[in-house]
Amino acid sequence: MTEHAKETVEAKLGLLEYRKGPEPHIHLKDAGASAPCVSRCEKRPCVSVCPAKVYEYDEAGAKVLVAWENCIECGACRMLCPFDNILCDWPAGGFGVRYRYG
Amino acid sequence: MPDFDAIVVGAGPAGTSAALTLARRGLKTVLLERGEYPGAKNVQGAVLYGRMLHDIVPEFWKDPDCPLERPVVEQRTVLTHGEDSVGFSYKSRRFLEGVPNAYTLIRVRFDRWYAKQAEAAGAELYAGVTVRELLKDGTRVVGVKTSEGDELTASVVLACDGVNSLLAQKAGLRPELKPEEVALGAKEVLELPSERIEERFALEKGEGATIEYFGSVTQGMLGYGFLYTNKDSLSLGVGCRLSDYQRTGLRPSEHLEALKKHPAVRRLIEGAKTLEYSAHLIPEGGLRSMPPLARDGLLVAGDAAQMINPAFREGSNLAMTAGRLAAEAAVEAKAQGDFSEKTLSSYVEKLRGCYLLPDLEETKDLEERIAAVPDFLEFYPGLACALARLRFTVDGRPKKEHLREALGLLRKRGFLRMARELWPLRKAAL
Repeated sequence: MTEHAKETVEAKLGLLEYRKGPEPHIHLKDAGASAPCVSRCEKRPCVSVCPAKVYEYDEAGAKVLVAWENCIECGACRMLCPFDNILCDWPAGGFGVRYRYG
Repeated sequence: MPDFDAIVVGAGPAGTSAALTLARRGLKTVLLERGEYPGAKNVQGAVLYGRMLHDIVPEFWKDPDCPLERPVVEQRTVLTHGEDSVGFSYKSRRFLEGVPNAYTLIRVRFDRWYAKQAEAAGAELYAGVTVRELLKDGTRVVGVKTSEGDELTASVVLACDGVNSLLAQKAGLRPELKPEEVALGAKEVLELPSERIEERFALEKGEGATIEYFGSVTQGMLGYGFLYTNKDSLSLGVGCRLSDYQRTGLRPSEHLEALKKHPAVRRLIEGAKTLEYSAHLIPEGGLRSMPPLARDGLLVAGDAAQMINPAFREGSNLAMTAGRLAAEAAVEAKAQGDFSEKTLSSYVEKLRGCYLLPDLEETKDLEERIAAVPDFLEFYPGLACALARLRFTVDGRPKKEHLREALGLLRKRGFLRMARELWPLRKAAL
């Protein structure tokens, strides 16, 4: 019997403890309809690669949605974005993910 | 007068080693950690080599409170090709003699214990403090500013704030890292009773094994998988170049799921329950991505300074050595009353005089050379599996035909080409 049923990212994130910060620590420099995410980014590596599924593309709204509460603070998104459109700083002291094993 | 002699940013292996050393030598030291507790933001495989910690906390393994998991007696390397695999294993209880060679760890537990050692030595630890920027007087670093707006001043700041080192960036020491310069690692801690671990990995009670997986498990990306035995859990992870994940669009958590299903992994983790999922960047740019290590009033150590030797699975040991040596340079600077770049640069000399910089110098081109052969991690594990299959197959053909077939496989690639492609690996061999 296999018990690793925690196969989806959502289920994996559900195992984590977070202390939700008072404000977002991730921002898109340009978040509107004119953003490169909408018009110029073909692969949207933030959406496909982010290990915590923070980024999602909203086809109808033509924008990238940022679920910053899920962030596990790896920092990859800043480097992944081909248009340098992601501003990812650290949450304020003590907030954000808190690993129990690490 | 500044508030402190030294401010250390980040309570990981580099920062805690630095703070401990500084405090012991009588410097007024503060250790700032953005996590709610030391380790809260830290992720590692984790294997810790004993020697470099022993240099700082002698005979740490005799401290019953030190949260070590298992001393490593067996290290396996497994090359995968499709569902096949061929492996190499070295097992020796000599790893346990004297200073034990390596332990597996749960980083959060270890980091909390280690930070307590620094506190016991006299360092002031403040967790839950995010440093937002450096305070400067001209070009000289004179302190830090926290996310709460507090300003702390010191004669020297030690940036031990990890791979992302926003401080090194804000100090203008280096630009943002590129996706080619980092690996993205994802890991799960899987709960499994200790007796079952010992049965599955053929271990004596309490002893540990590590496995690294190369080849098809990385799905054409530069990187590897790993499986380490903890006391009553396993650490299973993958780490590949971020630029490769960018290219493939593969999500690391899904990559990890695929690794779980490989026959060389599946039965070892069967029935184990996932306790935690984590992800972290690994600074693998090596020497060429290394920022300047000393400036007026500033030193950089550990992941923040790209001190990782992926060819030998080393990192936290480098961080500990660098933290200790940075602290020693700061102690000397204090004695001279001079915290200029020139004085603090004795840190770089110390790094050059030990194993750290020479090792990074040796392996600086290794990843580049492997990446330059796009099918390296596909072809060679495949070749190894093919040769092993021929060697172990009894099919009624004379052995001479097996040998001819094997030589045919080698000739197809070309001996010269293979020699050229494999030559850089000598630096990862010994």
